[in-house]
Amino acid sequence: MFKILKKEVLAPKTILMETYAPLIAKKAEPGQFIVIRVNEKGERIPLTIADFNREQGTITMVFQEIGKTTNLLGTKNVGDAISDILGPLGNPTETDRYGTVVTIGGGVGIAPVYPLSRKLKSLGNKVISIIGYRSKDFVFWEERMRSSSDELLIATNDGSYGAKGFVTDVLKNLIDKGTHIDRIYAIGPAIMMKAVADLTREYKIKTIVSLNSLMVCGMGMCGACRITVGGETKFTCADGPDFDAHLVNFDELMKRLNTYKKEEKISFEKWKEEVGYGA
Amino acid sequence: MGLKKKSVPMREQPPEVRKHNFLEVPLGYNKEEAILEAQRCLQCPTHPCIDGCPVHINIPRFIKAIKEDDLQKAIDIIHESNLLPAITGRVCPQEDQCQAVCVMGNVGDPVSIGRLERYVADWELEKRKKGEVSLPPKMPPKNKKVAIIGSGPAGLSCAADLAKMGYDVTIFEGFHKTGGVLTYGIPEFRLPKWIVEEEKKFFEQLGVKFQTDVLIGRTLTIKDLFNEKFEAVFIGVGAGLPRFMHIPGENLDNIYSANEFLTRVNLMKAYKFPEYDTPIKVGKRVAVIGGGNVAMDAARTALRLGAEHVYLIYRRSRKEMPAREEEIEHAEQEGIEFMLLTNPIRYIGDENGFVKQAECIKMKLGEEDASGRRRPIPIEGSEFKLDIDQVIVAIGTTPNPIVPKTTEGLKTGRHGTIWVDENLQTSVKGVFAGGDIVTGAATVITAMGAGRKAAASIDKYLKGEL
Ligand SMILES: Cc1cc2nc3c(=O)[nH]c(=O)nc-3n(C[C@H](O)[C@H](O)[C@H](O)COP(=O)(O)OP(=O)(O)OC[C@H]3O[C@@H](n4cnc5c(N)ncnc54)[C@H](O)[C@@H]3O)c2cc1C
Ligand SMILES: Cc1cc2nc3c(=O)[nH]c(=O)nc-3n(C[C@H](O)[C@H](O)[C@H](O)COP(=O)(O)OP(=O)(O)OC[C@H]3O[C@@H](n4cnc5c(N)ncnc54)[C@H](O)[C@@H]3O)c2cc1C
Ligand code: SF4
Ligand code: SF4
Ligand code: FES
Repeated sequence: MFKILKKEVLAPKTILMETYAPLIAKKAEPGQFIVIRVNEKGERIPLTIADFNREQGTITMVFQEIGKTTNLLGTKNVGDAISDILGPLGNPTETDRYGTVVTIGGGVGIAPVYPLSRKLKSLGNKVISIIGYRSKDFVFWEERMRSSSDELLIATNDGSYGAKGFVTDVLKNLIDKGTHIDRIYAIGPAIMMKAVADLTREYKIKTIVSLNSLMVCGMGMCGACRITVGGETKFTCADGPDFDAHLVNFDELMKRLNTYKKEEKISFEKWKEEVGYGA
Repeated sequence: MGLKKKSVPMREQPPEVRKHNFLEVPLGYNKEEAILEAQRCLQCPTHPCIDGCPVHINIPRFIKAIKEDDLQKAIDIIHESNLLPAITGRVCPQEDQCQAVCVMGNVGDPVSIGRLERYVADWELEKRKKGEVSLPPKMPPKNKKVAIIGSGPAGLSCAADLAKMGYDVTIFEGFHKTGGVLTYGIPEFRLPKWIVEEEKKFFEQLGVKFQTDVLIGRTLTIKDLFNEKFEAVFIGVGAGLPRFMHIPGENLDNIYSANEFLTRVNLMKAYKFPEYDTPIKVGKRVAVIGGGNVAMDAARTALRLGAEHVYLIYRRSRKEMPAREEEIEHAEQEGIEFMLLTNPIRYIGDENGFVKQAECIKMKLGEEDASGRRRPIPIEGSEFKLDIDQVIVAIGTTPNPIVPKTTEGLKTGRHGTIWVDENLQTSVKGVFAGGDIVTGAATVITAMGAGRKAAASIDKYLKGEL
């Protein structure tokens, strides 16, 4: 059992939780993730390690309440416990001193982009961050992001805060202005990562994405997370989650993410009825 | 009394009933049946059966005890060699092992050793359920810590032996539940999970500690274990890496590895969705690729989830199928449709990315290959399309690479297996290995045998005798 030490609602349906998991905290590196199981009947879901504190033995996750499991997790409070947390899984994000780096985060993807930007900056890169939210109400960690980057650009879909549009619009502006970029990291919904990949492919800018395939085991034993990269089948959990964006078959990824749409709905509806959600 | 050539049959759930439920198929012997079957044993002085059993259970002695209805004595005899008889009695390929060499086999059916073993084990499990546990004798504590990686049959049996010798043993398991393939692979209708749970409790009473949610290589490394004052390590991480055929369309939706399919159903209890949260797709026309035990398990599981047709597509003929005869028969009785000498060459999907057809090719058998089986050769021009809505790929697994990859100096073999010497010691001092990670995918009882052998070596090593 893993105790919840802190809970914070960052924005609508966006929750931060800190849990005590000393073994994981000791080994975690930016880019790695955990697989959690909320309770005995729960499914295993992957979440990125958004932050960690080796001394205090804690790890932080930031998640968006979308279906049954993330909503159930959202009902847990400080003092409650999560049945299982396995990690750190996947390979740490490769970082080095590249020059000018753009880090892009969309929605909850901003959470893992924060420690990554911090690390890139500490390595001596010039870090330009582009973060995108649905609207002003959803903005979180603006200050943290500002402190970990040399330049911070914000976009909202409806223009209620920052520039109106998508992170790709902001990125395109940046490129068209003649900004020299050595490398780009993008973390967010699959559709956002695909859009970034399509844009930067044209400009031949090396782009790394962190894929969010469906997973069961998280340790390379089931193949649920498999995905085509450069024409070869890879396991996101074991070979990734970071891949060269220009080689990823995003259409396949997005189709595979929809496999259980029907079942997810059944599960969520049943749960809402049980807990009287929204009533 | 003349020789009884026929063995006492075991009652089973009828195929028509069982294909709609996940309850165990064979129902076990009752007392009369067990004694009748036990009486068939000749108590041979040469007892070849003992050598046929990879862990050398004293088979004639425990059968004699059954005949005398002294089941406590019977279980004690079995426990000397095997702490998981309820499991091996159910899943051992007995027909290739103890029963293959039984003298009775020369005149009729061999003695049903596995069924008798199961009978004794189930009697003891019932007792345990009532709280009557008789623990095997234990030596005084040695105050030395040993780490076991993986809680499959190899790790479990290694841990039990070391605990009996007085070592302080901790099993580290990546999954949230222990048991390895016994828990996530072999289905409920062949091996009820309450048995694996009961056995775990028994091991805890023996003093074995379990730490789940620890993936060695990620959460902790073998080096960390030595830093944590463990003095020896046993690696029993199995061969759980699924193989795919790498043919076009294999990543379409509703195409699973058998590992994923069975893990969802067994470990995550997806057959009880939505009571349990993990979903599984219920196919109507399911293709299972492969001809081993895993393929049979996947096919029979798909049927129980509600499939109308389950095609078992295998590239050789029935004779070459590596699955146990009993499994093949059970599958046939339940209506699994065998498509032999057939191989898929690509999958075709619908507009949403779900598989809708498998294009297959007919095969013929050529010369014998290295495995001694005749090599399948595609027949050109025999391609055909099969309408299906789910595929389960069960063409085998390879060793789990995480531990070898993260342990400096650990020598591996050609197929990613861990190299060991005759004492099951690896190329790293104080680190031993056994089970599927050393042999490649094998059987429960060979993994258990390896675990026990490693325990004996670890004992010697820690006493400075190795
Ligand atoms: C490596 C990795 C890191 C991730 N990190 C984060 C994170 O930091 N914060 C966050 O909010 N989300 C993260 N996700 C996605 C998160 O796992 C899903 O949002 C979550 O599983 C949804 O579960 P649910 O039951 O609430 O929703 P469901 O109703 O089950 O699903 C809604 C949608 O979520 C996705 N999803 C469902 N099950 C899984 C699964 N087992 N694995 C992956 N995606 C799934 C699918 O696209 C699905 O359509 C990550 C995914 C991966 C693979
Ligand atoms: C579907 C199926 C049906 C089968 N049917 C039969 C049968 O009827 N009869 C028979 O005799 N055999 C059968 N087998 C084969 C048999 O189950 C295996 O040979 C046996 O389980 C091997 O035991 P093991 O202990 O070596 O490994 P496993 O049982 O594979 O256990 C290994 C354990 O190690 C864990 N692990 C892996 N990596 C790590 C790590 N890095 N850190 C921590 N833990 C880790 C795994 O999660 C797993 O729990 C079947 C196999 C399958 C898949
Ligand atoms: S453990 Fe297996 S091989 Fe040994 S006696 Fe029992 S059934 Fe036979
Ligand atoms: S070989 Fe068969 S008949 Fe002989 S002792 Fe063993 S089980 Fe009995
Ligand atoms: S999630 Fe099981 S192999 Fe990646």
